[in-house]
Amino acid sequence: MRYLPLTGDDRAAMLAKIGAPNIDALFRDVPSAAVVSRSAFDLPDTQGELEVERGLSRIAARNVAAGSVPFFCGAGAYRHHVPAAVDHLIQRSEFLTSYTPYQPEIAQGTLQYLFEFQTQVALLTGMEVANASLYDGSTATAEAVLMAQRLTKRPKAVLSGGLHPHYAETVETLASLSGEVVRAPITPGKAEDFAAQIDNQTACVVVQSPDAFGLIRDLRPIAEAAHAKGALLIAVVTEVVSLGLLEPPGHQGADIVAAEGQSIGNGLNFGGPYVGLFATREKFIRQMPGRLSGETVDANGKRGFVLTLSTREQHIRREKATSNICTNSGLCCLAFTIHLSLLGEEGFVRLARANHARASALADRLSNIKGVELVTPNFFNEFTIRLPKPATSIVDALADKRIIAGVPAPRLWPQERDLRDLLIVAATETASDEDCDALVKALSEVL
Amino acid sequence: MPMNAQGRPSAPGSAKQPEIPTISGDRGLDHEEALIFELGREGVTGVDIPDVQVSDKRLGNSRRRGRIGLPGLSEPEVVRHYVRLSRMNYAIDSGLYPLGSCTMKHNPRLNEKMARLPGFGDVHPLQPQQTVQGALQLISELMRWLTTLTGMPAVAMSPKAGAHGELCGLLTIRAALEARGEKRTRILVPSSAHGTNPATAALCGFRVDEVPATEDGHVDADALEAKLGPDVAAIMLTNPNTCGLFEPRVKEMADAVHAVGGYFYCDGANFNAIAGRVKPGDLGVDAMHINLHKTFSTPHGGGGPGAGPVVLSAALAPYAPLPLLLQDGDRLRLIEERGALPAEAKPFGRMCAFHGQMGMFVRALAYMLSHGADGIRQASEDAVLSANFILASLKDAMSAPFGDGPCMHEALFDDSFLEGTGVTTLDFAKAMIDEGYHPMTMYFPLVVHGAMLIEPTESESKESLDRFIHVLRALAKEANAGKRERFEGAPHYAPRHRLDETAAARKPILRWRRPDLPQAAE
Repeated sequence: MRYLPLTGDDRAAMLAKIGAPNIDALFRDVPSAAVVSRSAFDLPDTQGELEVERGLSRIAARNVAAGSVPFFCGAGAYRHHVPAAVDHLIQRSEFLTSYTPYQPEIAQGTLQYLFEFQTQVALLTGMEVANASLYDGSTATAEAVLMAQRLTKRPKAVLSGGLHPHYAETVETLASLSGEVVRAPITPGKAEDFAAQIDNQTACVVVQSPDAFGLIRDLRPIAEAAHAKGALLIAVVTEVVSLGLLEPPGHQGADIVAAEGQSIGNGLNFGGPYVGLFATREKFIRQMPGRLSGETVDANGKRGFVLTLSTREQHIRREKATSNICTNSGLCCLAFTIHLSLLGEEGFVRLARANHARASALADRLSNIKGVELVTPNFFNEFTIRLPKPATSIVDALADKRIIAGVPAPRLWPQERDLRDLLIVAATETASDEDCDALVKALSEVL
Repeated sequence: MPMNAQGRPSAPGSAKQPEIPTISGDRGLDHEEALIFELGREGVTGVDIPDVQVSDKRLGNSRRRGRIGLPGLSEPEVVRHYVRLSRMNYAIDSGLYPLGSCTMKHNPRLNEKMARLPGFGDVHPLQPQQTVQGALQLISELMRWLTTLTGMPAVAMSPKAGAHGELCGLLTIRAALEARGEKRTRILVPSSAHGTNPATAALCGFRVDEVPATEDGHVDADALEAKLGPDVAAIMLTNPNTCGLFEPRVKEMADAVHAVGGYFYCDGANFNAIAGRVKPGDLGVDAMHINLHKTFSTPHGGGGPGAGPVVLSAALAPYAPLPLLLQDGDRLRLIEERGALPAEAKPFGRMCAFHGQMGMFVRALAYMLSHGADGIRQASEDAVLSANFILASLKDAMSAPFGDGPCMHEALFDDSFLEGTGVTTLDFAKAMIDEGYHPMTMYFPLVVHGAMLIEPTESESKESLDRFIHVLRALAKEANAGKRERFEGAPHYAPRHRLDETAAARKPILRWRRPDLPQAAE
């Protein structure tokens, strides 16, 4: 087996040194009823690289890759162009095959890029500090709600109806353990009025912008309403590229920002691994979950970085930890950091504008089709249209023509009959003119 | 002086060179590197994107007003920056990485190549299901391997890491208890457990009741059984345990918790010792997470991303979280909502958006197919053999708290061999850095004083193990001979000397700020 360096002679010599007659002797503590024979598994035996590659390539070929067709899905995962340098750099052995930087003297590479990542996230979100990432946007949102419950010592979380339903369900899973979760009604294309739901038991209000339909929300009045009752505002961003064009949540009164960072540096990967961004105010850092890289000096006075404030974490605090999380999304943050460094201010702002321009033009064209109505007056690179027929059947019909038209609202809200005809369409810089032409033409034909 | 064919000197003139500080601050291949924010400037970019102007018409009143503050760099500058940073890291690819509990095995590059096939890497989680039948097939195939290897009937695929898997397992247990109309409050966790175990139990609202260890490094099964009662929801055991030992009374403990109506959660972090030789299902396990980034070689990536699928017993399977994957005629179907559930399913909820760590699933399956069932068994045996070889070769030079073994895939030492030398576990570990090794896991498990937990994995050749043993024996000998200079202030030859962690925590600096701006929070 190509990955196993020990030879038969090595194994015999090692057993002799140990003083064991055979390998079975080393497993003597295993109850005999639990020992299985070599042939116990109905699974294939070892295969060469060529065979494995052939088999997996055959499975991969059964999928329609986004880049092979006109493609308009978003709803929390976005297809952007990732420069070739990003994927090359993250595959450097020293990044790919290292562990959590617990030995800072020989992990400055990881610790420094995490520090750079934290700075980038703080700048993008307009917040004071950010952590070194969580698993993804949905779990970051759930952790934000738990943090708000700890900070305010109040039980209730109010979720906007425009919050991505998978995020809302993830929050419910975690936050209902220690409190209560209330979901506001769904109002596609419209801002909602939270005032009635916020009371003196409310820990936080969770609002996504652009929301799950693509609508840009003005967070300022919501922040005001929440703060007036002593509650925190958690702002959720599923498309971070929007922050190149939109006022960041930190400048609109958000207390915690939870975001999905996949759009920068990371591919679609059928939903994971992604990278959760988490930013907040400096005064809250000791209640913040997740790893942190902090600046310090070494014994010679040289600047260096270490994991810090680990007294919040499970390996020190055990059952009193702020969170049970023990990893971050290291390599995905590295991809994010490198991609954002390549873009810089100018590239990132241009990328955001290119996305908005493309989506605006497509929204105009689609809403000119007879019977199609634009539901979201304001949006970034994703918008919702109402079709004259159920959206799922239209998406299926277009998929048969090898066009992936977007995410039908019933995929996310299957129980809401009123949303049956809504289609959520994302157009990033990767949607070419030909792709948009193909969508407009095919949609006109099937309606 | 000898000359080569070009007439240039081909050997150093003198073996001993004086220490000469360099002008640049760099030292040969060791480059110092500034922060990206200190390198960039305005008006430069490493990505060419057309400059399109957009109106405010569809932005409401939310258009960004100020600059973000990101630095601008060209592609060569960015590439050089991150290449230089990478060279400050230790990695499995460059040396033995004996971190106990972490399973730092070889990461095959075939797995990386497979995960990047457009049919896996460039597929959206919400594409119509008829366009992702291959992705669902891959998940289904991985589920078959995981359930077969563990002898468990079901597996929840969405958890994103080990701790996320623990959460999934305990929530499943909670849901099963609720379905029985019971509210149990207590979870028994051994004192040797990973910190995530009690943290997860507390997060789920359970009270953590600690079970002591015996003198020989096992969970005290008698103490555990004495603590059992009708309010115990579950026991959380790691097996093989964090002392590197298989729990011989594991089945008895499982039966005892089942007898009082509780469940057995097994922390699967150490599955690499037994995969292919022992089926956890035969040990009475009800739920166990599997760290794909440990046992099945998906890269650790500097601390993630991982993946932590949870295998479940028949008693817990109905409560597995959404989404579910079902065979529906000749198609696979992903069930994402409660409205479309099969009759027996009662999912407790959702762990995260979408369907789990697909990129990790591809890598793990590539590993499994490459090894095959026979290779997985051989890998476990080699991992256990290598750890026992280290234990046998070091037990006279260092101190093994639990005697002659055998151990599983980790060899545990304590610091009693350093007693009276003035050298601590930390000093000893940092001296290993100077010798070109990443230290072992230190001060864990907590049940052993000054613990040093060595996990060589199956990826090392005998020559590599021999050399490692030679170095550790020599270090132990020097410590015992009172030669403290090697240890004090080590490492001496790393990119950084010891860092001031106390100062970092006392006054945290967690981001870069422009030096010309006020340093207070904005």
